Formats: sequence, C-alpha cells, structure tokens
Amino acid sequence: MSAEAYAASGQQAHDEPDVLAQREFGFWLYLMSDAIIFGLLFATYAVMASNTAGGPTGKTLFSLPNAFAETLLLLFSSITFGFATLATKSNDRVAALRWLTVTFLLGLGFVFLEIREFYGLVQLGAPPSRSGFLSAFFTLVGTHGLHVSFGLTWILIMAGQLIAKGLTAPVASRLLRLGLFWHFLDIVWIGIFSVVYLPGVL
Amino acid sequence: MFGKLTIDALPLYSWVAMGGALVTVGGALMVVAGITWLGQWRYLWSEWLTSLDHKRIGIMYVTLALIMLMRGFIDAIMMRSQQAISLNSDGYLPPGHFDQIFSSHGTIMIFFMAMPFLTGLINIVVPQQIGTRDVAFPFLNSVSLWLTTAGAGLVMASLVLGKFSTAGWTGYPPYSGAEFNPGVGVDYWLWAILISGIGTTLTGINFVVTILKRRAPGMTLLRMPMFTWTVFCTSVLMTFAFPALTVVCALLALDRTLGMHFFTSGGGGNMMNYANLFWIWGHPEVYILILPAFGVFSEVVATFSAKRLFGYISMVYATASIAILSFTVWLHHFFTMGSSANVNAFFGVTTMIIAVPTGVKVFDWLLTMYRGRIRFHPSMLWTLGFIVTFVIGGMTGVLLAIPPADFLMHNTTFLVAHFHNMLIPGALFGYFAGYMYWFPKAFGFALNERWGVRSFWCWLIGFYMAFMPLYALGFMGMPRRTEHYNVAEWQPYLVVAVVGAVVVLLGIVCMVVQLVVSIRERQQALDLSGDPWNGRTLEWLTSSPPAPYNFAVLPQVRDLDAFYDMKARGDAYRRPERYHDIHLPKNTGAGVILGVVAFVLGFAMVWQIWWLAIVCGLAMWAVIIARSCNDDAEYRLSADDVKKIEDERFQALARAARHEVVGDRGFSPAPLPGSAT
Repeated sequence: MSAEAYAASGQQAHDEPDVLAQREFGFWLYLMSDAIIFGLLFATYAVMASNTAGGPTGKTLFSLPNAFAETLLLLFSSITFGFATLATKSNDRVAALRWLTVTFLLGLGFVFLEIREFYGLVQLGAPPSRSGFLSAFFTLVGTHGLHVSFGLTWILIMAGQLIAKGLTAPVASRLLRLGLFWHFLDIVWIGIFSVVYLPGVL
Repeated sequence: MFGKLTIDALPLYSWVAMGGALVTVGGALMVVAGITWLGQWRYLWSEWLTSLDHKRIGIMYVTLALIMLMRGFIDAIMMRSQQAISLNSDGYLPPGHFDQIFSSHGTIMIFFMAMPFLTGLINIVVPQQIGTRDVAFPFLNSVSLWLTTAGAGLVMASLVLGKFSTAGWTGYPPYSGAEFNPGVGVDYWLWAILISGIGTTLTGINFVVTILKRRAPGMTLLRMPMFTWTVFCTSVLMTFAFPALTVVCALLALDRTLGMHFFTSGGGGNMMNYANLFWIWGHPEVYILILPAFGVFSEVVATFSAKRLFGYISMVYATASIAILSFTVWLHHFFTMGSSANVNAFFGVTTMIIAVPTGVKVFDWLLTMYRGRIRFHPSMLWTLGFIVTFVIGGMTGVLLAIPPADFLMHNTTFLVAHFHNMLIPGALFGYFAGYMYWFPKAFGFALNERWGVRSFWCWLIGFYMAFMPLYALGFMGMPRRTEHYNVAEWQPYLVVAVVGAVVVLLGIVCMVVQLVVSIRERQQALDLSGDPWNGRTLEWLTSSPPAPYNFAVLPQVRDLDAFYDMKARGDAYRRPERYHDIHLPKNTGAGVILGVVAFVLGFAMVWQIWWLAIVCGLAMWAVIIARSCNDDAEYRLSADDVKKIEDERFQALARAARHEVVGDRGFSPAPLPGSAT
C-alpha cells in the first residue's frame, strides 16, 4: 500500500506525513507563483496599452458582446465545476463525470471564441507584431487561453482517471487541485475583462 | 528541416573558440568513454540519474555546480588576461568573442554554478536538519535537477554549435533584440535560463512545503536551525521572484522569434519595462544566492565556536527582513535610466536599509565567536574570510546606493568589483564552507583539512588581488566589459588583477588536490559516528552517509540545538524498542527524460527547428501525463530491513569516537523563548 493509500484510508502509516495535504499546499504555492506571472503580464499590458504605433486601437478592435459571451461561458464553467466537486464529495462518480463533461464543453466554447477573436484580429491587420499594444494584448490574453487549454486537457485526464480508477483519494485530491486551477483562471479572466476589454471599448 | 542550423554554425572563426569547442566535446567524450570503460552505466542510471533520494540529487547538483565553476572560471581568467595585455592592442580575443565570454561568465556563475551549488547543499542538508525522511515532492525535485542540467547543457552546446549571447548576462534590449542581434546567441541565453528557471521555481515550491509541513515533532518555527530558516526565505523568494524572470525572458523570446514589440526601439516597444521586469527578479535573486550562505556561516560559526548561535531570534528577523526588503530595491540597478529624483531617492534609501539587518547578522556571528572555543577548520576560515571581506563589499554597496554617486560609478569596474565582493565571499565562500562542513555527512569521510586551508588562502588573497584593483580602476573611469583600451595608467592594475586570478586558480587546484587526497586517504578520515564536528543540529544525528530514510525513528525536538540537547540528555544514540515499515519514493527515469527533452526543445527553439520543438513539447506532455496518473510511486522498506541497516549503524557507532556532552550546552546566557530548558 502506498503512502497515498494510507493517507486515504485514514490510518496514517507510522511517522508518515499527510502526502495529499502537502500536494494541496504545494499547488496553492504554484498558483501564487502563476499569479505573479499574470500580474506582471497585466502590468506590462497597462504600460503598453497606449503604444499602438499608429495601428488599430482597442476601441476599433474589441467586441464587447464577444468578450461578454466568453465571460459567461467561463463563469458558468466554474459553477458546473463546483457541481462536479459537490458530486465528488457525495461520492457520486456518474454525476461528477456528467458535470466535468459540461465544464469541458463550456471551456471548449470559451477557447473557440478566443481563437475566433484572435483569427479575426489577424485578418483585420492587427497581428501581435503590429504594435507594442497588440503584443501585450495577445500575450496576456493568449497566456490565459493557453492555461484554459491546459485545464481542458487536465479535465479529460481526470475524467479518464474517474472512469478507470474511480473516486480514490488521490483522484479526489487531483480533482480538488484541478478545481483550484479552474477557479483561478476565472479570477484572472475577470481581471482581463476589466483591465483589457472594458477600458478598451470605453 | 534544420531551421537556421547549417555547417556555418561550427566555431571556425577563431582558434580560441575552436579550442573551447574541442575541450567541450573532448571532455564530454572522455566522460562517456570513462564510464563505459569502467562499465558503470547501469550503476549510474539506476543508482544516481533516476534517483529521487534528496541526498543523491543534492550531490548531483553540487557536481554540476563544480563543473560549471571550472567553465565559468576559465571565462574569467580569459577576460583578465585579455585586459592585461590589450593596452593599445587587440589582445588575443576579438571583440565579439570577448563579449560572448563575459556574457557566458555571468550567466554560468549565477544560474549554473551558484544556483545548483546552493540547491545541492539545501537538498543534502535541509531534510536531515528538520528531521524528515524526504522532501515533500521527490519527483519534482528530480525534474528541477534535470531542467537545471538541461539549461547548463544549452550553454555548453553554444560553445560547439553557433555562438553564445554577446549581450551580457542581463541581456538588455534593444541590443539583445532581433534587430541588433540576429544570431542565435541571445536565444541560447534565453532558453537556457527559461528552462533552468522553471526548475528553480519548482525547487522553491518544494522546499517551502517541505519546511512548513515536514518538520520533526517538537520543531516549532523558532526551533528551526538557522540554515533551514535561510533556506525557507530563499525558497519563498524563488517561488515569487523567478516567475518574473520567466515572464521577461518569454517576452524577449516573443520579440525575437515572432517579431513582437515588447522591448524594441520602434513599433511601440518599451525597453525600460525590460529593466524593471528583469530586476524585479534580479534583486531578490541576489538574496536567493546569499541567504543560504548566511545560513551555512551561522551553522559553521556555532559548531566551531562550540557555542549556541548568538542572537538566534535577531538572526531570524534579520533574514526575514532581508527577504522582504529584497523586493523593494530593484530600481537601484538602473538609477541612471532616468526616473525622477524622488523615485531614485526612495530606492536609494530602501537599499541602504538592507544594510541594517545584514549588519545585525555580522554582529551575531562575531558575538557567537566571542569567548567561544574556536576550531580553525577550513569551514571556519571561509567564514572568517567572508566576514571581513563582505563588510568591505557592503560599504561599497552603500556608496553605490547613493544615486548621485552611482551616476559616476555606473557601468565602471567599480560596480564589477562591488558585486564580486558581495557574491564571492558572500555566496561562494559560504558554499565552500558548506561543502567542507557537510562533505563527511554526504560521503562518510572528511575532506583533508590541510589542502582546504591552502585553498582558502589562495582564494582569499587571489580575490583581493583580483578585485581591489577594479575598485581603483572604477574611480579612474574604466568602463566594465572593455575589450581593449588606450589609457596606460590602467594597465598596472589590470596586471595585478590577472595575477590575482592566477592565485584563485591555485585555490581551485588546491581544491581538486584536496578531493583527490581525501578520497585516497579516506580510511584515515572515516566518519563512523555521523557527528565529526560535535554538531548541534539534527543532520549530525544520522549516519554518514545517511540511510535512504535518514531517520529510522523521527527525532523528538526539545531545543533549538536539537541534537546537542539530545547528546546532553544522553538519549541521542538510544535504540528504539522496535522499528516500523518506511515508505520511500521509487526511482524513476521520468525526470531525466524530461530534462533531455527540455534540452532538445531549447535547442530546437534556438535554431527554429519547429517540427522538432513541437515533437518535444508533445513528448514532455506525454511524460508528465503518464507520471501524473501514477498512484504507485513508493516502495516499502520493511521493519526488518530497517533493523538490519540500523544494526550496522550501531556497530559502527560502538567503534566510533563519539562526542560526549556532559551537562554543558555551550555558552548560553539566556534561554530562548519557547525552548524547554
């Protein structure tokens, strides 16, 4: 029996610290460290928002309805992930899988809208290499989108583990950490909506 | 197919560069041939490369650091000799090549010598010092090691294929941008530190969790040994400062690779943002390097003065203050960039404030020695050399913290002298002290002290000869990174400096001799007790080298000097009634594989071989996903096996000369708050 299984069964192996609690704490630290990455990208965007180099500005490029739709998709995906977590807590594997699927689809919709927006910008003659403003915009929003895509991959993997392994303690712990990650991305998106899109169109 | 990689990448442009390539390739081939000849590949793979044992990972880190120290030092002595002879002449290094050398010297010494050295010491010591069996995330630890190695490998590869960056170790744009630096040099620099930087962030997270969650029962925060405290602060800094390095390097890479405009001079770029982002990482980095060395000095000075560390609490507060203040001073690296007088004044004042907690530490070390029974072990000599020399460097630092003075000194060799004066005694001497102090713990026999003393004196004298002239040259107006010059008054100082570098070389030779002599005569210096210096902290409770699990039974901590307290109570070597099964991480090759793939990924990005980069990216994902699905990463060492190992340990102990402590806890005028006594 591994230490994880020991920790799970409640009978702590002799002198063994709680491995899963350590992983959760470590994951919080990772999120803080990732928050600094986003913080610096936000700062860089704020510094460069007006550096359009004669190119298009946020006012002409950003579509508020699109950003709003993205926001709705991501916020609802956070709620559905919450339902998946509740299902995990009540040991309902089928419901957890169902809510994970819904979360995945909402997240996929978000990524689709973002890719469509990026593609449209490039078509409009506003690629990231056009100006400092656009470099900062694509990098900040793209880094978030990349995170969401990693999250989607992770949801798939966890769905696979739910099917193959069931709701074991390590799987439940990973789901918890995935939840932290997913909600974290929500908060970052709210920052993007308020710092990038809203002032951009106003 | 091969991106920008063509036959022109071979360094046929100068005999010196060709020599470097040949030495690199020849050295690598010799190592491979040597291992093959000894038939040790299987042993190396199964016992070392795939090991998740924190002690072995630590030893591999230190080995990497010592190898890179050689490389970085060769760069240094090449620069010194070039400057010594290049009065009104070109010397032997063309400008572009000289620029590569100072860039790689700084990059290597910071990222691939100092960082692995301190991470190695942390790995070997901290889990033992806090009385635990392993770090919180053993696999992550292996990944960190191999990502760091991959970065070091990229710097070495730049010697053979293509060139290294010519933009200095700080890589300031616009010069490091694609417009002015179209070659692959800056890309090598970027990818080397991006990859190793991620490894360092993971190390930071790993040790914050290890220290906060895995301390032995009874070890409250204020009973943590000083080294552990400094490592804790350093790990926090790693976790929160290294993301800034990742961001700034990623943005510069985007500029260079995808034509973006973060730091370009046109297109709406803002190159001042680079300086800010870089030093938001860069200044905490200085303390990441130096705090663990402060921790080593604190351990060494207490042990070899046979006294409790003076002012432990003030030392803890000083360390934490330095860690926090380190985030408030970054602008002093570019006072001349044109911020307003008030902004400069603010950062000048915060910079000077950092001198206060540092001064507290110096007094604590001095007062620890006061009325102590000092033993002049080489580690103690490194500490003494550090205290004297570091104070000089600190004073020149306060001088530079005054913005108007900095305007005169900026970019002169005065600055070069200042930061070498901080980092050589402050960081490197500390690592050397730790290396000689903990060597018996890692390998089971002590290093030869005579050669250690010789090495120390060569380093100390060589350091003064090499860097004091640079202070004078700075006052005389010599710019740093000068390839040749026409001011005759400078030359005598530069000649003294190159002689100093040669004396340092003798110090390095002494260290190599020390290692060889010690290995040859190890039977006379065996450490059977596990406690060769009458130590005070828990790492000396384990055997030397420690069992894979460090502690068969986790120790109960009752005092700051936990092990000394146990010896005084007479229960340090008491056998437990029974042993229990112990879980330990299984070895895995996934860390090595990730490192190798990261190296190839970096190489592919440098040369813009896109298909290879995509393949590597996917491969890394596959390895990570496979590993993340693994719920069976540990093996069980049965109580019987533990007993067998412990029986041997107690047989060795019976033969060993042990340090008995009778009622004497060292000079300790006042008990610590929270201590049981």
